[in-house]
Amino acid sequence: MSDASLPLTPPSRQPQPGAPDNWRRFFSFSTDHKVIGIQYIVLAFFFFLFGGLLAMVMRGELITPDSDLVDRTVYNGLFTMHGTIMLFMWTFPMLNGLANYLVPLMIGARDMAFPRLNAVAFWLVPIFGVILIISFFVPGGPSQSGWWAYPPVSLQNPTGNLINGQSLWLLAVALSGVSSIMGAVNIVTTIVRMRAPGMGWFKMPAFCWTVLSAQIIQLFGLPALTAGAVMLLLDLTVGTSFFEPSRGGDPVLYQHFFWFYSHPAVYVIILPIFGVFSEVFPVYARKPLFGYKVVAVSSLIITGLSGIVWVHHMFASGTPGWMRMLFMFTTMAISVPTGIKVFAWVATIWGGKLRLTTSMLFGLGGLTMFLFAGITGIMLASAPFDIHVNNTYFVVGHFHYVINGAVVMGFYAAIYHWFPKMTGRMYYEGLGKLHFALTFIGLNLNFLPMHPLGLQGMPRRVASYDPEFAFWNVLASLGAFLLGVSTLPFILNMLSSWVRGETAKDNPWRAIGLEWLIASPPPHENFEQIPIILSAPYGYGSDEPLTANDPTKELASEPSES
Amino acid sequence: MNPANLDPALEAQVIQETAHEEDHRMFGFIIFLLSESIIFISFFVGYTVYKTSVTDWLPAGVAGLEVHEPLINTIVLVSSSFIIYLAERCLHRDNLWGFRAFWLLTMAMGSYFLYGQAVEWMSLPFGFKSGVFGGTFYLLTGFHGLHVLTGVLLQSIMLTRSFIPNNYSGGEFGVAATSIFWHFVDVIWIVLFMLIYVWQ
Repeated sequence: MSDASLPLTPPSRQPQPGAPDNWRRFFSFSTDHKVIGIQYIVLAFFFFLFGGLLAMVMRGELITPDSDLVDRTVYNGLFTMHGTIMLFMWTFPMLNGLANYLVPLMIGARDMAFPRLNAVAFWLVPIFGVILIISFFVPGGPSQSGWWAYPPVSLQNPTGNLINGQSLWLLAVALSGVSSIMGAVNIVTTIVRMRAPGMGWFKMPAFCWTVLSAQIIQLFGLPALTAGAVMLLLDLTVGTSFFEPSRGGDPVLYQHFFWFYSHPAVYVIILPIFGVFSEVFPVYARKPLFGYKVVAVSSLIITGLSGIVWVHHMFASGTPGWMRMLFMFTTMAISVPTGIKVFAWVATIWGGKLRLTTSMLFGLGGLTMFLFAGITGIMLASAPFDIHVNNTYFVVGHFHYVINGAVVMGFYAAIYHWFPKMTGRMYYEGLGKLHFALTFIGLNLNFLPMHPLGLQGMPRRVASYDPEFAFWNVLASLGAFLLGVSTLPFILNMLSSWVRGETAKDNPWRAIGLEWLIASPPPHENFEQIPIILSAPYGYGSDEPLTANDPTKELASEPSES
Repeated sequence: MNPANLDPALEAQVIQETAHEEDHRMFGFIIFLLSESIIFISFFVGYTVYKTSVTDWLPAGVAGLEVHEPLINTIVLVSSSFIIYLAERCLHRDNLWGFRAFWLLTMAMGSYFLYGQAVEWMSLPFGFKSGVFGGTFYLLTGFHGLHVLTGVLLQSIMLTRSFIPNNYSGGEFGVAATSIFWHFVDVIWIVLFMLIYVWQ
């Protein structure tokens, strides 16, 4: 061959952004995926605390049957902003943070495909977060139409100002959409194009499969919400009548646009958590992930099915019978791929050598919560039952078991599992287990009472209720306050461990995976040499090495000036 | 023999080091366009729902849309897709002036389309507040027009950059991406024209 030296010119490495533990880089426009990942996670957690605070005010209101703590309009604003913040400011950024941090490490890449785009996508998050918070202070307060913003309620604009809670809400959601699309393009490109040599699709960790599936949903679903949001914004600001029934508009069309995205959005949130479960259980059970290939493919099946289930949110919106029937069927069908996953996790744990670390406890807790949420989910998928409990606390209980039960617990499992890798420090197991106990009890105390409440007919989104519902509401409120308290040991644990925790080894859990082959925390650009993958992931009990080379050692034949 | 072929580790290194951001950009851009097309599809679906379900579809005093002028506009826009293809061909053959000529012609045709659109908007007897008919008409044509405008702006940037010496030797991602974007905008227009003007 003619000129071999041409492609072998030393790679132009980015200069190190300050010292390795320089905290200032977390406040900079860093393009390092690991810095951006932590930026996402920490910022999202602040918004989680804020959204939780709003929820505690609501539960404080609901501890007595009368509307006494806050004004009813304030209450409307509280549940609207609670939902909006928890979804757009907490779960999406938090999961983007996990994906950002872990995907390049897991597929053996030095960074994401588009590092600068990545940084822009992150810095949009604080911008729309600030916009949402500003909406508390405009005349008329924040949006009061719920996080779903159904017209004609969302079109009322009682103050008559152009800048009102609702229009700021739409602006923030639009920016969130831009940021999510940037992230999705980046993550999908990274997973499809930048896997290390030898890493075929079925040698990719299950977490990457779930992230890919989730981001594909963002790509096909989010634009539909954008379309609906643009039309709603035009209705609200310039006076078109797309969703204004008094002028020929069709408010139900908005519901279709909204749920076409916002139901699959639930899978955007839960799929990476499925990935976390699939990563965590094999490590602490010392067994390969049961049915890895089926688990991997079932993520894509969920992605496909998620696009054809949205009308189950609209069984009570004048939906014709055939449509109810059809979407009842598709919704129930989605429990098949999720059921496959649940069985695979149980089979992974079954007969394993369990180590009940905090991460494993949260994993198991999250799995239990998800199973419960799945059962109530099947109940709600059935149109006759859904009509009965529509707009009651049963629905609230169901989706909080998914979002707070499975997703938040799964998130904690991920944080405890990868904390040594991210920070190079070990966390305190005792505090972690206290955190788990408080969270698990608080969660169930908070959300389990909502099911009997809903069955008895207590409507959601109300600041006052009939005294017959008081018993369960008091329990739920106590649970909510306990859930608030449960974050304290977590925060204490994270802060003190990060500052003065015991130094972590490269692979403290004896886990198998590319990210555990390199130093804790990983060096800039992750790998000295790109690993060459030999075997499928989760090779517990197998002698086959994961990689053909040692990615922590620099290549001997590489020119020395790099 | 290429020494890189002897050492798989070295080969892997070369693959990842040489596959810089540029090589992924076209992949990422196409994914983005596919995603963007969903917004248009949503608008089209919304339009179809309104058209088939709303009782007073046309505002009072409006008989329908004039097709003649928009048809000329359509022909100009669709043929500009062929012109931009010719421009790209020229660039591949290192014929920089041919590229600039055809590229400028594409820009002119795109601008003519926007001009024609503006003239049509001015002459219409209804506004965007005239029921969902007026709303969807201005929403669809306006959102598409915004994309045409973006295309023309991108084209002018690419034209300017062609004057930097040796900038476009061996192809250029920006030109290829702008061209794909232009074809995308064209295809969207064909669907839009069918929906709004042909199906009345």
